[in-house]
Amino acid sequence: MQLSKSLRRVIYWELGIPLALLSIGIYHGLMQVIYRAGVLQQPSFAKLDYYQGLTLHGVINAIVLTTFFAVAFGHATIAFFLKKEPNKKLAWLSFWLMTIGTLMAAWAMLAGKASVLYTFYPPLKAHPFFYLGTALLIVGSWIPLFDWSRLYRQWRKENPDTKTPLAVLGTLVNFIIWFVCTLAAAYEVLVLLLPWAMGWKQTVNVTLARTLFWFFGHALVYFWLLPAYIMFYNFLPKLAGGKLFSDLAGRIALFGFLLFSVPVGVHHQFSDPSITKGVKIFQSLLTFGVAIPSFITAFTLAASLEYAGRKRGAKGLLGFFGKLPYLDQNRYLFAYMISGLFLFIFGGLTGIVNSSSELNAVVHNTAWLPGHFHMTVAGPVFLAIIGMSLYIYSKNSGKKVFMPKVAVIIPYLWVIGILIFSTGLSWGGLLGEPRRTNLGMTYLNPKNELFTPEWVPTTTLALLGGIIMFIAGMLFLVVFFGTMLKKQTEAAMLEFPVSENLHNERRIPLFDSFKPWLVTMAVVLVIAYVPAFLDATKNPGPGAPRFTPDNPVPVSTTLKTDALQTPALGDKTASAATVNK
Amino acid sequence: MVLDKFEKRIILITGAILSLFIFSMLYGRSKYNDLPECLPFDKTYTEAKVTKLDENTYQVFAVAQMWQFQPSQIYIPVGSEVDFFLTSKDVVHGFNIAEKNINMMAVYGNINKQTVKFDKPGVYKITCHEYCGVGHQNMQAEVIVNYPAK
Repeated sequence: MQLSKSLRRVIYWELGIPLALLSIGIYHGLMQVIYRAGVLQQPSFAKLDYYQGLTLHGVINAIVLTTFFAVAFGHATIAFFLKKEPNKKLAWLSFWLMTIGTLMAAWAMLAGKASVLYTFYPPLKAHPFFYLGTALLIVGSWIPLFDWSRLYRQWRKENPDTKTPLAVLGTLVNFIIWFVCTLAAAYEVLVLLLPWAMGWKQTVNVTLARTLFWFFGHALVYFWLLPAYIMFYNFLPKLAGGKLFSDLAGRIALFGFLLFSVPVGVHHQFSDPSITKGVKIFQSLLTFGVAIPSFITAFTLAASLEYAGRKRGAKGLLGFFGKLPYLDQNRYLFAYMISGLFLFIFGGLTGIVNSSSELNAVVHNTAWLPGHFHMTVAGPVFLAIIGMSLYIYSKNSGKKVFMPKVAVIIPYLWVIGILIFSTGLSWGGLLGEPRRTNLGMTYLNPKNELFTPEWVPTTTLALLGGIIMFIAGMLFLVVFFGTMLKKQTEAAMLEFPVSENLHNERRIPLFDSFKPWLVTMAVVLVIAYVPAFLDATKNPGPGAPRFTPDNPVPVSTTLKTDALQTPALGDKTASAATVNK
Repeated sequence: MVLDKFEKRIILITGAILSLFIFSMLYGRSKYNDLPECLPFDKTYTEAKVTKLDENTYQVFAVAQMWQFQPSQIYIPVGSEVDFFLTSKDVVHGFNIAEKNINMMAVYGNINKQTVKFDKPGVYKITCHEYCGVGHQNMQAEVIVNYPAK
């Protein structure tokens, strides 16, 4: 179908802006492995500090790129599958809010006023623009959900007995998860952090802020992942030359994510104080609930690929793996998706360790964690995002892909890079190598008393893998922006390689309506999170003042002499002390 | 709703694997029960010190601050059981004794606690594994178990 000029433009910009920023994100990815391996033994390089770069890397790659893409891809899927275009004005309003928010946060980070990492844990204080920018980005991304829901209800009225297209169901589920979880982030940013950062409120409850952040922070990873899942279910079987094994399985998996995405955030806080063990164990168990949609998906996709391989003449139990179009330039999307799925196997396996409340103590906050999530968010998520950005842009503009041979090789190069990189990080993590640390200055500097020789091979592997990833990433940017510079040679049409279903499954109302699932989602959320928020409000003592990353003395708005003491700590607690004895 | 026979199998397998995971977790919890404990805030823990309770039991009140741990060296004899109580004077810090799987966050206004037994002599590094500002990479302390003899 042909999109209106306005919607096409929104989509171009929403794909192009984050990919342009990605060059900064990827540069800082490379810089980190260089510092960490001890090649650089200094706090900053080219006027950018290690932790400033780490903040840019996290915010751009994990929040800006993913959010912009999800919105752009959502516009495209809704328009394509419902044959209805989103409202022009609202689409542009959402775009501008997200863009202005991103620019505000980018300014704060580049100016060195927000080196607080993408988790922005208080009481480290960033420039208010950092918080405000993040909030605008989030609010901007909410707008399309309401507009798409309107289109969906319209469509439902016109087609009361048709199954909702799986891609539409996926997009709506994803943005419902996003809306629910970002409510917590918005509350944290606008109610707890912003007034505190501005100096209107003197202290902040750190544990409450962390709990709100992770209410948002784990659902965030499913918000990253679901666009990739939508592609895996809807497009991958077709690209492989086959059919989708079961469309119902896809629906069950998606509703499963609706239930299990949010009420699991405490599994990021297993090592935190003030949260009872029971809450931790309960959410750890809920986290394993995600195994259900994951296994359903693994089976359905493998079965679809097997069907495709056999249709192409494959024999034997696993012969179908040899018959898939890995290097077909006309189906380069297949390469991006299959590479991502391969990495996801290891992402899932390492994730089982982190999400087990007991095993987590071995790896919490070590290099194991980035080792894990680079095989998820920098695996299937990143590859699906860049592959699909290229695809949508090229189809929608009628331009052929620049350097098509390179385009199809990039994901495999990326896989090699990630496997080496994540092996290094996971190994290092098991040896206690901390994440988020400028190792080059101390632990990986032979002249420093903290030098830790066990981490030399691990960080060297990460460096090697990181260089390969950097090359693959840069090649992609050349391909994408090279395509942009080409001339239009074909009709500009938005089309997707939509898979047919192998089995003719009837519409089952339970798996085609949102209400029962939304109600269950709310119930699970309340059960899982009310105790966590009670813990986070009840158990902590006094709130914390503001700190900047460069100074152990809190930012003072009143008397300077006060600041030399740690103010407020332990004022109201004499009674608690006696109870505890 | 008719289930394909392979789908039936995968559902059974998923169920079996999930049960195994959940069983292992609950088993691990009942056997070790070593998640950080939830204590209400108490001002007494905010002053760093090491207390000997008896021959083989020690209490350490550890305070993390930008960019050091107090106490920075903790001497204890072999075979001691140590309760680590942890808090922060400023931003969030990490407290990781990798060899003993002691892994806690130090949070301002909050008290964290884990208990561990040191059976073997040696120097155990305590590494801060949460970003805490420009000096984060300098933040390490030591538990010295009977070495040097003291």
